[in-house]
Amino acid sequence: MKMKKLLAVLSSAVLCAAMLSACGDSDSSSGSKSGGKSSGDLIKVGIINNDPNESGYRTANDKDLKEAFSEKNGFDASFAYSLKNDEQITAAQKFIQDEVDYLLLSAADTAGWDSVLKEAQDAGVRVILFDRTIDADESLYEASIVSDMEKEGDTAVEWLKGQNLDSYKVIHIQGVMGSAAQKGRSGALDEAAAADSSKWEIVAQQTAEWNAEKAQQIVQSVIDQGKEFNVIYAENDDMAKGAVAALDKANISHGVGKDVIVMGFDCNKWALEELLAQNWNYDGQCNPFQSSYILDVIDKLENDEKLDKKVIVMDEKGFDASTITQDDVDKYGI
Amino acid sequence: MPNKKAMPPKTPLWARLTKHQIIIPIAALLLLALFNLIADPSFFKITLKDNSNGDPVLSGNLISIIDNGSELAILALGMTLVTAASGGQDISVGAAIAISGSVMLRVLCGSDSRSETLQAPIIVAFLMACLVSMAFGAFNGSLVAFFKIQPMVATLILFTAGRSIAAWINNNELPIVKDESFAYFGNYIPGIPIPTPFLIAIACFIITWLIMKFTNLSLYVQSVGINEKTSRLNGLNPEFIKLMTYVLLGLCVAVAAFIKVSRISTINYSVVAKDIEMDAILAVALGGNALSGGRFSMGASVLGAYVIQFLTTTLYKFEVNAAALPAYKAVVVIILVVLSAPTVREKLSRLGKKLHKNKAAAETA
Repeated sequence: MKMKKLLAVLSSAVLCAAMLSACGDSDSSSGSKSGGKSSGDLIKVGIINNDPNESGYRTANDKDLKEAFSEKNGFDASFAYSLKNDEQITAAQKFIQDEVDYLLLSAADTAGWDSVLKEAQDAGVRVILFDRTIDADESLYEASIVSDMEKEGDTAVEWLKGQNLDSYKVIHIQGVMGSAAQKGRSGALDEAAAADSSKWEIVAQQTAEWNAEKAQQIVQSVIDQGKEFNVIYAENDDMAKGAVAALDKANISHGVGKDVIVMGFDCNKWALEELLAQNWNYDGQCNPFQSSYILDVIDKLENDEKLDKKVIVMDEKGFDASTITQDDVDKYGI
Repeated sequence: MPNKKAMPPKTPLWARLTKHQIIIPIAALLLLALFNLIADPSFFKITLKDNSNGDPVLSGNLISIIDNGSELAILALGMTLVTAASGGQDISVGAAIAISGSVMLRVLCGSDSRSETLQAPIIVAFLMACLVSMAFGAFNGSLVAFFKIQPMVATLILFTAGRSIAAWINNNELPIVKDESFAYFGNYIPGIPIPTPFLIAIACFIITWLIMKFTNLSLYVQSVGINEKTSRLNGLNPEFIKLMTYVLLGLCVAVAAFIKVSRISTINYSVVAKDIEMDAILAVALGGNALSGGRFSMGASVLGAYVIQFLTTTLYKFEVNAAALPAYKAVVVIILVVLSAPTVREKLSRLGKKLHKNKAAAETA
């Protein structure tokens, strides 16, 4: 009895310890990169990002930044990750105290940044926003490098229009309602459907919350009702994959020259491979590789050049299955 | 049982029915079915078609319901036990599914997340995932049983950390299993037109039923849930029984995770089985089980799970606006939960008795 209790306590303690040590490892690995040893001519950069585990997009984004801001490229970079605004603000304050030259910020939340950015300005720290904008006065930051989700949607819908179908019967699978990606990517399609209702019909419009299995259920439900459709417009790759699973189950052909056009977003590597195999038709990019843009901005600022404009919208591609190459998959897949 | 003595020997059917716990989910199912029947009878159409591999499969709304409801029904089994024994719920099952699914894919894919062949037999991966998932169950269980932490708080730890742990298991990559036989478990086995998840769920129900019938588990769990002290005085070990229910839930989690990752042969740890813990708890509540522990009915919980799936499929069918979907769901759920609350059932049965008496009085007059 006592023994059993002891055992149970011990085992739970071991599990606890395992969890904590796992945490510790990841912390120290990111911490070691920061290192206190800043030699004279390295540019000191503090980078505040969202948790790289959040999504494949974020993982690629973090990897890209880590590669760009290496010691080899003349940077002394420290990283801080959080999905919470208050933790990010604390990290920003710490970076300002450490007297970094540049503060790179992908804010978890748009509000609440004014005071800490003023602090940065007073301390002579230059702020560059990437990936996400914030609700603060433009004078508080040097540049903002963002994706234009509306443009992503427009590019995709323009591509779809270019397919010259006789009629468009679309199953529209949405992301988490209210997220920037959902709004931008839904907006373009809604507009197109409203503008030409004789040709365009939204057969079903439902949120799968970025979730593959939910997307599968939604498409399954449309098939079960015996409705006709010829386009699947999924707002990310996962949901497109789920939709395709439902099509396979019902023996509906999809891909280049087949019955149903499949469209996804985000350019995951596996998704681009599906394009290459002609199973899907289109994948829209949400560019996670912001570092080249940031480096460009820092270069200009270091040389006391003026920036043309504060908000820099990144180039984002849309890939067509009939023209995609293996090189594209390797280069743009995340 | 003073309650029974107080009742007249010939209880009216209505009152007898409302006494039964399982009547609530059955009534809910019938209600939903009736609604669909009136709105569009084609809802119940089932057809036999070939899938893209040329194998015949059944399809239709009802098939979708029993197919997609499987994971939830399996989770509801474990959640009922946990609820009954510890008087609280495990809110970490979604995160635990992410972990156990990741373990499975890690074993299957080895270090290369895009490997063309399986690096280990599927059964090994499954057993491995079971072990890990039961270990996490034991972690939750020991926090609840030995440290007397509120179940919801104890499982909050894994709820928060689980998806990050899942990410580490695969080095932040999203592995994909290319082997076709892995997809059988979440879809169809060639030649069998019934969705495999449903078959797995049925197997789980049968095993659970056998355990309930031939062991004292059910009795022990109930007595611990009703009164820990007296069950200890009667020679039970409440801590051990509580721990065991969490480990069993861990096993259910592993089976559910297996189905989930097999459905699309990959895992996205950040969204897989999102919010499924809430649905599992809801299934237990819809089954009329007291969330404070004690007496329970597995069958009612399982039916509760299918009610939730029935509702989801119905809402998809009627193309409820995406933004309004949760609100519709909430309205139906509120009605069902209120109806299944013990106090309401008590009132209903009293009302039934009264009506019966009035009728009898009228007849004699």
